[in-house]
Amino acid sequence: MTEFTRRTMVKGGTAFAAAAALTGPALLDWAKAWAQAAPWKAEKGAKINLMRWRRFVPAEDEAFLKMIAAFKAATGVEVIVTNESFEDIQPKASVVANTGQGLDMVWGLYSLPHLFPAKCMDMTDVANYLGKKYGGWTASAEMYGKSGNKWIGIPVATTGGLMNYRISSMEKAGFKEFPKDTAAFLELCKALKKNNTPAGFALGHASGDANTWLHWALWAHGGNLVDKNDKVVINSPETVKALEYVKALYETFIPGTASWNDSSNNKIFVAGDLHLTSNGISIYVAAQKDNKPVADDMNHAYMPVGPVGKPTELHLAFPILTFNFTKAPQACKALSAFMLEAENFNPWIAAAQGYLSHFLNDYDKNPVWTADPKRTPYRDVSKRTLTPGGQGSLGEKAAAAIADFVVFDMFANYATGREDAKGAIAVAERQAKRIYR
Amino acid sequence: MVDATFPTQRAPINEPTAWSRLKTNRQWLGWWFMVPALGFLILFLAYPLGLGVWLSFTDTKIGRAGEFIGLENYEWLGGDSIFWTSVFNTLLYTIVASAIKFAAGLYLALLLNKSLPFKAMIRAAILIPFIVPTVLSAIAFWWIYDTQFSILSWTLKKIGLISTNIDFLGDPWNARWSTIFANIWRGVPFVAITLLAGLQTVSPSLYEAATLDGATPWQRFRYITYPLLTPIIAVVMTFSVLFTFTDFQLIWAMTRGGPVNATHLMATLSYQRAIMGGSLGEGAAIATAMIPFLLFAIMISWFGLQRRKWQQGADND
Repeated sequence: MTEFTRRTMVKGGTAFAAAAALTGPALLDWAKAWAQAAPWKAEKGAKINLMRWRRFVPAEDEAFLKMIAAFKAATGVEVIVTNESFEDIQPKASVVANTGQGLDMVWGLYSLPHLFPAKCMDMTDVANYLGKKYGGWTASAEMYGKSGNKWIGIPVATTGGLMNYRISSMEKAGFKEFPKDTAAFLELCKALKKNNTPAGFALGHASGDANTWLHWALWAHGGNLVDKNDKVVINSPETVKALEYVKALYETFIPGTASWNDSSNNKIFVAGDLHLTSNGISIYVAAQKDNKPVADDMNHAYMPVGPVGKPTELHLAFPILTFNFTKAPQACKALSAFMLEAENFNPWIAAAQGYLSHFLNDYDKNPVWTADPKRTPYRDVSKRTLTPGGQGSLGEKAAAAIADFVVFDMFANYATGREDAKGAIAVAERQAKRIYR
Repeated sequence: MVDATFPTQRAPINEPTAWSRLKTNRQWLGWWFMVPALGFLILFLAYPLGLGVWLSFTDTKIGRAGEFIGLENYEWLGGDSIFWTSVFNTLLYTIVASAIKFAAGLYLALLLNKSLPFKAMIRAAILIPFIVPTVLSAIAFWWIYDTQFSILSWTLKKIGLISTNIDFLGDPWNARWSTIFANIWRGVPFVAITLLAGLQTVSPSLYEAATLDGATPWQRFRYITYPLLTPIIAVVMTFSVLFTFTDFQLIWAMTRGGPVNATHLMATLSYQRAIMGGSLGEGAAIATAMIPFLLFAIMISWFGLQRRKWQQGADND
């Protein structure tokens, strides 16, 4: 991570940015002062076992560990961090919730705290403290963090799944700017295929990429798995439209997308064979290092808006939760607040280079979003994202539907021609009705 | 087996008390010696199995206990097309892979039993696929089968045999054959080395006698090697079938059950539903549904072991 040195931060001019550049002893002094003033006093000899998702951007992890070290120096709390892949976080956290031991905090994905709200500590005071200090939470933060009136998790950040495209290929396909609606987007994909510079979106059991873009497609056409009352409404003409749209898109894709996992499109895009996909900013970060011409020729855009006339994006939220059986509740609360203080959070999201987007409105001002305009679209993903529950509740049922690939399988079955629309919807409806009973 | 009933020693004057009789009773003592083993079996085999079966009759989710719902999970699975796809996949995977593993393994074993130069080294090398951790070999295969960067596609393209990459894991049938091939590659050494061990127990004098009687190589295999190898074949194929049937890692690392569930095995579907989806009860039902198939496989091997008695006389164990 070289782009956001202290110098560039200070150049930003605002006190806000300058505060973000605390390093070394200054950071430690600030951390100590913070620990003195914070409303949560860590228990003596407290120890926190924290599990987090395994990083995609190494600099992000370094910044995270630096912050953990500062927390330890300031409070004396030992924090043991373990890393797990996306897929393993949820089952492991569930087992811990079930057995009541092993971990104190989990920094996980999507609706994790809603899987076992009864085992999550009430974090309302932390959330209110942070919200008041940093310009309030986005609407999606409340959906992810709150169960009823209680905050059961602190939404730390989101990683956006937006359009990644090659500028030259798009222009060659006859588009001056990236299409804003689904109809034009389909035309773009068709033209890309004709030029042999194809698009490709994951249609394999990729829990991140595949679920985000397929839910976007479903919602963009007005389809929904469930309505506001968690009643299954997948069997609708809107769903059929979404299926047909995705099938039409699929026919323009590069071969092999049915076998893609979350890293496939990254590899192929960086290699230069893929010209349009949906992904986090990690492709851009990797391309800057490994294939500069691709990085220079690529840009990002919001997901196009469908017939429903408003954005229907799904991004990957990362909430952190504390189990209510922890022996160090105050230390855990202190750490949750500490992570999101400007002095920590600003350099951290700067280090993540756009991979992590904030839920607290004030962080819009972080120069990471404007220093490189190609990152700017990712600034807004926390404001634009819906939750995996769609219109329905966010919790165990929505999580189960995502984990069991209900919506995903429906699209894949139809797009690959394994089932007709009626059959694909029937399978999904049957599964969804059982999950949402 | 030693006869377990021993005459208890009779004290010359005093009638022995019940306790002292018990103290010297070998059956009683033997039972206590058996307790640790029994404890292990109950704790690590019977209890988890029983718990799994019990869970399949409940609607337990990860993180909260469930209620008894009888056969509801099974009824649901009966109408679940993905479950039946996984049953079909599992049977196809097991039958095709086991059959080829047996044929290739036996062939290799017969070959290795001959005097070859560098015999020890070749035998060791054969074991490599079995030694490499499954996940590593799965990832290697995942690269070999990659849609864009496959070395196979690349080579064939360079030679000029194909013009576009082969979609190994993206097309349902391609994906099935590709995963089966990876499983065979991994499983052959186990079969080959075990059968080789069996072959070396066959006394050379039998072959000599047969040769003197004018037996052809096929007859020697059919009437000497094969019958004497039957018990080993039964055991090794039982293990091979069980390993293949319950395979998880290869599929999980390569396809996650995709594309469109074409490579979902019962084990992977069970994991997806139980651990990722949180429906422990339903996942347990899928896992329990594997038991009859596994029992069937064990019965076949038991039958195979019995046959040896018929061939060699009933009282030859």
